[in-house]
Amino acid sequence: MRLVTTNLTFKEVQPKLKELVDTMFKIVPAGVGSRGFVDASKSQFKEIMAYGSKWCVENSYGWTEDLERTEGYGRIDWAEPEKVSSKALERGIKQLGTLGSGNHYLEIQIVKAENIFDEELAKKFGIIEPEQVVVMVHCGSRGFGHQIGTDYLRIFEGAMKKYNIEVYDRELACAPFQSNEGQDYYKAMACAANMAFANRQVILHRIREGFSKVFKTEAEKLEMHMVYDVAHNIAKLEEHVVDGKNKKLVVHRKGSTRAFPPHHPELAKLYKETGQPVIIGGSMETGSFLLVGTQKAMDETFGSTAHGSGRTMSRAAAKRQVRGEQLQKDMEKRGIYVKAISMPGLAEEAGLAYKNINDVIDAVSQAGISKPVVGLKPVGNIKG
Amino acid sequence: MNINNDKKKYRFLEDVAIADIAYEAYGKDLNELFENAALAIFELSADVETIDAVKKTEFELENKKLDNLLYDFLSEILFFKDSKYMVFKYVHVTINEGKKNKLKAVLEGDTINPEKQQLENDIKAVTMHMFELKKEKNGYKATVVVDI
Repeated sequence: MRLVTTNLTFKEVQPKLKELVDTMFKIVPAGVGSRGFVDASKSQFKEIMAYGSKWCVENSYGWTEDLERTEGYGRIDWAEPEKVSSKALERGIKQLGTLGSGNHYLEIQIVKAENIFDEELAKKFGIIEPEQVVVMVHCGSRGFGHQIGTDYLRIFEGAMKKYNIEVYDRELACAPFQSNEGQDYYKAMACAANMAFANRQVILHRIREGFSKVFKTEAEKLEMHMVYDVAHNIAKLEEHVVDGKNKKLVVHRKGSTRAFPPHHPELAKLYKETGQPVIIGGSMETGSFLLVGTQKAMDETFGSTAHGSGRTMSRAAAKRQVRGEQLQKDMEKRGIYVKAISMPGLAEEAGLAYKNINDVIDAVSQAGISKPVVGLKPVGNIKG
Repeated sequence: MNINNDKKKYRFLEDVAIADIAYEAYGKDLNELFENAALAIFELSADVETIDAVKKTEFELENKKLDNLLYDFLSEILFFKDSKYMVFKYVHVTINEGKKNKLKAVLEGDTINPEKQQLENDIKAVTMHMFELKKEKNGYKATVVVDI
């Protein structure tokens, strides 16, 4: 999940909103079998696996400052491309610079005065005024990470026999962390995480190009700074206090997001005093939130919080209740312009299929594991 | 060869996997089961009516366990989607059971082209969640959950 600011207000963007969304739809490939715009060679893709966003910035897909605004500087340094199958590489190499489908999206959002909950922090995160326009992107490592998962699921199935591990669902296949199989997977998974950081980084580059084209102004002048980029599905070795003692733990955040408090040693200088920006995505109809990590998250949830509003309804059920074409029209009437590759796919993502985002934010807020800073309202959206 | 207009070939399960998509596939024999499980993937990926069967993809797989063979087979279809930009309409499977079960698949479809085809879900992976291949009275049944 990635959030980017602009210095444009909705008043300035509104007359060009359709052009902007149409441009994004054209330049950020989405949906089944879309071809990524980064034409990386095999050896370059291996560098991307190893260096993530760092490779992108060094190859003109971004600004140096983007790195300190990304979880772990957009690079996991224990990644080892040799641990990734050629099959995964073949799948991933074509997908760098694609959005995907399902719940993945690129959204133009606005800040409403009533949705600024912490003005001081908002300013520090780059949200300086009501009606400001921002862009949010949700996508990951695409089929690449899943191929790595598929490959290692198989390896782990064999390993479980060796280590006498039984699980109740085969998707939970695993191996001891310190075993060869476990370590190999840990290094391969890091390649997937780096690909995900890189994917969002090159997409950010395209977003900046798109804005620049539509508003005939350089992205730098539009002050298109990143607020932050956080992973949604990642396991990392981290230090946490357990029973009063510092311990190294593998923290797997699946369907959750890191939410580190102020002064956490892993945070970049930029956010040392504020704490880590946290992005929680809602449905395309209701909006999303920018929050900040807290000490309580560190104390109670291993520095983690929720990652999104979460579905309440299956995709098939949503499709029975909503038609994509009608939803698109209704949303446009309500001021949200949506472009989607698949109309049934759009229906599956209808707001009614998701939990109320306000309830989710209230829950994490009351639990104290992250603190709301700004609410963001969608005005334009592209989906695969 | 099959065209997937017959709901008895597979059935999507509504309230099993809320964020993913679950389905059951059926077949009087293993060949048919594998074909029907693939047809469900085709339907999820695109409106098959909009796909022309103009390109052939063939591959062979083997696995000691039949359920793992099905998992590999369905994963292979996703691999062809992402690495060769293919969507499919027809499938023909021949399985030879043995110490190592061998599969030969012939798929027919076309290169992905959003101008021509109505594309739907970009499936990321076949998962092992609830994954099952079962012999029943009158044939076989498989349960599959795909991550999109």
